[in-house]
Amino acid sequence: MSEILSVKNLSKKYDLFELKNINLSIPRGVIVGFIGENGAGKTTTIKSILNMINVDTGDIKVFGNDYKEKEKDIKEKIGVVLDNSFFSEQLTPSDINKIMKFLYKEWDEKLFIQYLNDFKLPIEKMIKEYSSGMLMKLKITVALSHHPELLILDEPTSGLDPIARSEILDIFLDFIQNENHSIFVSSHITSDLETVADYIVFINKGEIILSEEKDKLLDDYGIVRCTEDEFIKIEKDDYIKYRKNKFDYELLIADRNNFKTKYDVKVIDKPTLDEIMLIYIKGVK
Amino acid sequence: MNIIISNSSDKPIYKQVKEQIKNEIITNRLKPGDQLPSIRALAKDLGISVITTKNAYIDLEREGYIETIPAKGTYVSNKNIELIKEDQFKKIERLIETSISIAKICGITKEDINSIFNILWEDNNE
Repeated sequence: MSEILSVKNLSKKYDLFELKNINLSIPRGVIVGFIGENGAGKTTTIKSILNMINVDTGDIKVFGNDYKEKEKDIKEKIGVVLDNSFFSEQLTPSDINKIMKFLYKEWDEKLFIQYLNDFKLPIEKMIKEYSSGMLMKLKITVALSHHPELLILDEPTSGLDPIARSEILDIFLDFIQNENHSIFVSSHITSDLETVADYIVFINKGEIILSEEKDKLLDDYGIVRCTEDEFIKIEKDDYIKYRKNKFDYELLIADRNNFKTKYDVKVIDKPTLDEIMLIYIKGVK
Repeated sequence: MNIIISNSSDKPIYKQVKEQIKNEIITNRLKPGDQLPSIRALAKDLGISVITTKNAYIDLEREGYIETIPAKGTYVSNKNIELIKEDQFKKIERLIETSISIAKICGITKEDINSIFNILWEDNNE
């Protein structure tokens, strides 16, 4: 019961791109941030989880169930926000309400209208007149209004201003007030996930290269900046990857307190998720 | 209850939360038996993750400041006022030690320190 989503050995090969052996385990009650550069495989992974594409291999279980047997039950309990697909621009939220009533058994018209009011989204206005912040809030509202337990969102904050982004993060924290609920959210704006995510999964070139509790990444990991003379004294086992810049060396380390006691370097910074991502991708070992 | 979180601080966020709740308890702004917000509610109000908040509560519970009663909630501990006092004693000792070592460096006498202490103590009572 404690695992809401599990993905085992998921692979999918395209001509130019491949998802390689993806493994994921998401417990109930948490927000999992899915990060990686554009083209790393975030959307393909999400579409696989939603059974929107056929995978080559892999075992995907949502709420402990298999798509083969319980596709309808699963979809009834997932709320989804995808990057590019939504209703026709000519429709109003009021039209969407009528459509969704047919699609979901649990569609809650009252809740939908309440969200629209909370987020100040006009019910009789055509979507084409919505700003991008309003449109995203509408998409999330639609995703939430059939009482899902798992919310899966692809890039919900990209292209939005800081106010709209912060409002959306509030919606996420609100959603997991129920400890049976979980959120799997991809983003390349990592600062959003730095605040609210419990776990971070990092995908690069179709492979998951890091999956860790966020606090561990921010509180234990570190970025060392040092000179070449300092760098050559550091043992290979004591850093994950390094990057040689014009004027300094940057090292990603897994335990900055340990490092401090072992080496005498001046700069050991608390990392941001961006920096971790950057050194992982651009760095060498 | 006031909790102020700095994102630019090097101090882990769970520690910032923990220390500030501890401070509220020690200074008696949160009293024994007072109910604390649930982990999820506090996470939401602070705009931080659930696990971060949970880690702060786990530490506070381990150190005896708070207690969780299953299905009811989390409360400021009744039993461990002595423990909290001991903690404060240690803090005071450390501060006095610092004062003494500063005094010794500057050649300030024990009598001087005593009189500074007495004056400050009285001032504080007014």
